[in-house]
Amino acid sequence: MIMELTQEQKDMLEGRHGNAVKKSMSILVALGEIFGAKGLIPVTSVQISGVSYDNLGDAGLEFLDEMAKDGKTRIKTTLNPAGMDMENWKALGIDPEFARKQKMVIEAFEKMGVEATCTCTPYFIGNKPNFGDHIAWGESSAVTYANSVLGAKTNKEGGPSSIASALTGFTAEYGLHLDENRQAHFVAEVRAKVDNPMLFGALGNVIGRVAKGRIPLITGIEKATTEDLKALSASIVTYGGAPMFHIEGITPNKTEVPKERVAVEQEDIDNAVKEMNDAEDAEFIFLGCPHCSIKEMEKIAELLNGKNVKKELWIGVARPIKRIADEKGYSKIIEVSGAKIACDTCHVVAPLKGRFTSIATNSAKGIFYGRGKNNFKTIFRTLEDCIKLAVGE
Amino acid sequence: MKGRKIFGGKVEGEALVSKEGISFYGGVDPDTGVVTEKGHPLEGQSVSGKVLVFPVGKGSTVGSYTIYRLKKNGKAPLAIINKECETVVAVGAIISEIPCVDQIDTDKIKAGEKLRINADEGTVEHA
Repeated sequence: MIMELTQEQKDMLEGRHGNAVKKSMSILVALGEIFGAKGLIPVTSVQISGVSYDNLGDAGLEFLDEMAKDGKTRIKTTLNPAGMDMENWKALGIDPEFARKQKMVIEAFEKMGVEATCTCTPYFIGNKPNFGDHIAWGESSAVTYANSVLGAKTNKEGGPSSIASALTGFTAEYGLHLDENRQAHFVAEVRAKVDNPMLFGALGNVIGRVAKGRIPLITGIEKATTEDLKALSASIVTYGGAPMFHIEGITPNKTEVPKERVAVEQEDIDNAVKEMNDAEDAEFIFLGCPHCSIKEMEKIAELLNGKNVKKELWIGVARPIKRIADEKGYSKIIEVSGAKIACDTCHVVAPLKGRFTSIATNSAKGIFYGRGKNNFKTIFRTLEDCIKLAVGE
Repeated sequence: MKGRKIFGGKVEGEALVSKEGISFYGGVDPDTGVVTEKGHPLEGQSVSGKVLVFPVGKGSTVGSYTIYRLKKNGKAPLAIINKECETVVAVGAIISEIPCVDQIDTDKIKAGEKLRINADEGTVEHA
């Protein structure tokens, strides 16, 4: 063994804290050794990916049940979206058998002490680590947001390794936990107009493809909202980048300025947008990938006010954000229009294959998985234009 | 050939070799073991019961669960040999208890040849 373990960690590995902890420790130690970690470090927060029954299947559920037998979370742990709205699944047309299995998945997590938040934006609902915190997060968009925008430190964890961190409180110290690995590898000079979440998604597509697993220092961006940064985080990692970026003057991490420079011209952004559009019309429209902020809920309500949707429109949002939207009256306006608010889930993880043939969304990540997982033709437009499409304007 | 143990075990079997990376999530059917990624060199072939040889894993972290599903469905590869093992495949092999060795020059392994794997020692030999 290369890694040095404390007595507590050795006890965990040898099974003195139960089977789930033993299995967890063996995952963390194996990862640590593969990546040359010196040891394991404590983490303060966990976000678990791998929640939709559509992705887990019976085998994944069995794995979770096994871990839930004697495994308990030691730190704050939240959950990625599930395959359906846990309360309102019938309105979304989910099969009852799927719903039964999905509930069993959530029950296994709850038994472990996980907060069944079911969102890809844990940072909107109280799982928001501080600058410099070591954390163990899954969900690539949230990982990228945490590293880049919040300045917390995490690798892109999978389901089992994030569970392993939740049940032990540790992660292996390698990759993005080490400051030397958080430096930019190249400068991406943006010389294009990028001023809404859709275009930040297009920018993520362009830079992600160039990055091929490396970290960019993005220059030429004057202003970016939370929603813009959320969209960029989701896109850049989907299209091939590392789960981390720097934006000069905007993100909080320090970096050396690398020599390699890549220009991002208006033409590159236009081409990326064009490439993500291959449908004439869309049967299904999804907004909220990653899940909507309260500001986006307000905007959607404003645009839908007094109108009726003519197509299936889903708004993906974390349940606590929906509750705020309820209080402010946004939810009612949205629902009166005929649009559906889908908490706990999204079009990437819900069992939608075969239900629709085309999708419109303002999310570049949503386009990638709409195509790859569900075989949809795609329309990539701004939030405003997606709403227009939904109401038939 | 000598590499590094990711998960231990001893098996013998026939090599199924890909020059390209494999994304288990969305790229391999968890119920049948058949590679479904469009345009992949192994598209249409089953990984089940083979010594699966490929340079590196790619794609979504849900892939670890796909490997686990293959194992539970009796469709998993006998062993996995990588040039460079990344997290998704490593975790998949560990939770599914599939012998896995990396740091092997996968270009030197031919499709269809018989291999003897001792993952505990990290060795891969022609059988």
